Amino acid sequence: MRTTTPRRLAAALAAAALGLTAACTAGGSGDQSDSGPKAGETQTIEVWHGWSADHEVKAFESAAAAFHKAHPNITVKLVKDQTDERISNAIRGGNPPDVVSSFTTDSVGQWCQSGAWQDLVPYISRSGLDLGQFPKVAQEYTQFKGRRCAMPLLADAYGLYYNKALMKGEEPPRTIARLTDLAKKLTVRDPDGTIKVAGFMPSVQYYEHMPQHVTTQFGVKWLTPDGKAGFSKDPAFKTYLQWNKSLIDWYGYDNVKRFLRSLGQEFEASNPFHKGKVAMAIDGEWRTKFLQEEAPKVDYGTAPAPVPDGQEARYGGGYVTGTVIGIPRGSKHAQAGWEFIKYLTTDTASLVTFANALGNVPSTLAALSSPGLTLPPQFRTFLDVFKNPNSSTSPPTPNGNDYMVKFQQFVQDEWEPGKVRDLDAALRDLDRKVDDALKLAGG
Amino acid sequence: MTSVAPAPSGAGPGGPSRRAGGTGRWAAPRARRRRRLQVLAFLSPWLAGFGLFFAYPLAATVYFSFTRYNLFTLEYVGLDNYRFLLNDGDAATAMRNTLWLVAIVVPLRVLFGLGVAQLLTRIRRGGNLLRSVFYLPYLIPPVSATVAFVFVLNPGTGPFPTITRRLGFTLPDFFNDAAWAKPGLGLLGLWAVGDVMIILLAALLNVPKSLYEAASIDGAGPWARFRHITLPTVSPVLAFAAVTGVIQTLQYFTQAMVAAKVASGRADLAGTHFAPGYPGGSTLTFPQWLYDEGFRQFNMGYACVLALVMFVLAMAFTLVLLRQFRAFAGEEAS
Repeated sequence: MRTTTPRRLAAALAAAALGLTAACTAGGSGDQSDSGPKAGETQTIEVWHGWSADHEVKAFESAAAAFHKAHPNITVKLVKDQTDERISNAIRGGNPPDVVSSFTTDSVGQWCQSGAWQDLVPYISRSGLDLGQFPKVAQEYTQFKGRRCAMPLLADAYGLYYNKALMKGEEPPRTIARLTDLAKKLTVRDPDGTIKVAGFMPSVQYYEHMPQHVTTQFGVKWLTPDGKAGFSKDPAFKTYLQWNKSLIDWYGYDNVKRFLRSLGQEFEASNPFHKGKVAMAIDGEWRTKFLQEEAPKVDYGTAPAPVPDGQEARYGGGYVTGTVIGIPRGSKHAQAGWEFIKYLTTDTASLVTFANALGNVPSTLAALSSPGLTLPPQFRTFLDVFKNPNSSTSPPTPNGNDYMVKFQQFVQDEWEPGKVRDLDAALRDLDRKVDDALKLAGG
Repeated sequence: MTSVAPAPSGAGPGGPSRRAGGTGRWAAPRARRRRRLQVLAFLSPWLAGFGLFFAYPLAATVYFSFTRYNLFTLEYVGLDNYRFLLNDGDAATAMRNTLWLVAIVVPLRVLFGLGVAQLLTRIRRGGNLLRSVFYLPYLIPPVSATVAFVFVLNPGTGPFPTITRRLGFTLPDFFNDAAWAKPGLGLLGLWAVGDVMIILLAALLNVPKSLYEAASIDGAGPWARFRHITLPTVSPVLAFAAVTGVIQTLQYFTQAMVAAKVASGRADLAGTHFAPGYPGGSTLTFPQWLYDEGFRQFNMGYACVLALVMFVLAMAFTLVLLRQFRAFAGEEAS
């Protein structure tokens, strides 16, 4: 059978398309720990990190300078203010930096499963590195299903900040019921009912009051043991939601919205806690450093965040996460990159200096108990929260923190405004959405 | 399948002249082949571009739509991605929002642009200044324009709501209220209508004055003149504005994303994932959902399904609009 020129052309195009498609489809990740120049050779490595505030950037530069002193052949070029998306897209674009770090553990599942971040086990075993020097929770959040693609670099722990002047002599609450009473007692309103000072703002839209930071106190289980969504199965979610809504209703949803719209920026001096507009707030340990820099006159204390009544035995724990650091697939100086990671994550002196400068929790057991830590007294709470056995983190999944994003959207868009008539049905629907998305991502 | 048969000698288009290069019954096909090769040679730069930048991406998109693909590992999943689309509430919300913008904002922008252009043709003094005033917002980068817009309309701190409150009435909570966020984006679109306005102004200025004079002599009023002279004359430009407006709106991304981020007060920090659509999914557009699935969730296969839906929609809108305008122009001409 003869074919016409356009048909031949179409066939050629289709063949070329499929060929190119196949060529673009990368295979498995494999062991790349031997790739690129040896760690002893003179070279420059590019490191992407997420810090952006001046004191943070300077702290990382000092750490890199100290590393360069120990390894004069390796020069570190730092690139600040990088998001998870930019990191992922650079890796997928085939031109990643040599070392990447992320502020959260949210994407670890995705990066480990897809092979976007290299498996560090070959590097670790060749270096003879002892993972026992990291707390158990830090070892957990840096791997996914046995594939360790990240190392912990400093950690974050969440607790309760309270403004001593606004507390009017009250002790920080240890239970949710006490927190609610105090929130109501300490709230100051204008004559029209609008909020002038909030005792405690329960909305998920209030900066660090994201569900994962608050629900941890209620002891929620995000996923069932078989990796499915647990919103409708775990009554702790319902307890959290009902508490959150009752307090929002007490303020009045419109007042809450107006209050949230009038607030300053979270990471600037205009933060409402800095300005004395909020008496109590759940926040990360790094807030101590921001308060030191931006609002040194604020007299504040810290404590573990409260737990529901009847669960007082769990008091002392909190949400824990951390900065993670790894070697992306396609790194051109992987071995030098590993040297840098090893130094940053395990050298006690470096970790302590770094933690002091950033106001973060150091991530090795040695550094946690180092006398070199010179952080403000309020910081002690977060060191304790990090070590507390009741502290927990959110589990990694193949689609990152999608289940938390979906829950936050549900709380913000449907629950808080009062659009949900049947909470059980709504949570079941949320489970279905999360499970479908997990299945789509191969979970 | 068709096959190429030798043309009867001396018959068919260009028969005798195309046999000049040879003699006998095979001369015509040879000449035709040579001519085809010449045509192909001339077309080859375009064909290469078409193949590389259209045919290949399209073929790859169709191929990937049947896979679970995160740019590292690829697994054939058949119609799973298409099935997921049928139950994807976010995709449905994104589609509804995008169609709302197409149905409301595009016609409004074209009508408003036409109205402003028509007005500017009438203004004798200061016309150039006014043209610049209407065109300038279009030149402002979309991110800056959106940030400014959200700021001036912020119910807590924005100057407009503050002024109107003092005057005794309250503006809607644009960008923080799910019912008003899309109209807010529509207002932003009207404010930056300079691109539509300027091409319509050029078209209006090209309408022959003699037609208006003749119509006036025949007793036609302003509406009759606009309906029977202005509209048919500028209809190709209106079609262009409508079609490009629809395509742009189907790709609407930046302004909705920036407005949602700024209004929500969430800092765009490293390690944070801002889910588009704030408030309440009201500003979630189809391209945003496609981006989120492809480049944040790394469901590249599913993102390809969404891209194909968008492609089909854009084609359908374009064909319908072009047919409508052609029918309108034909009716007027007859």
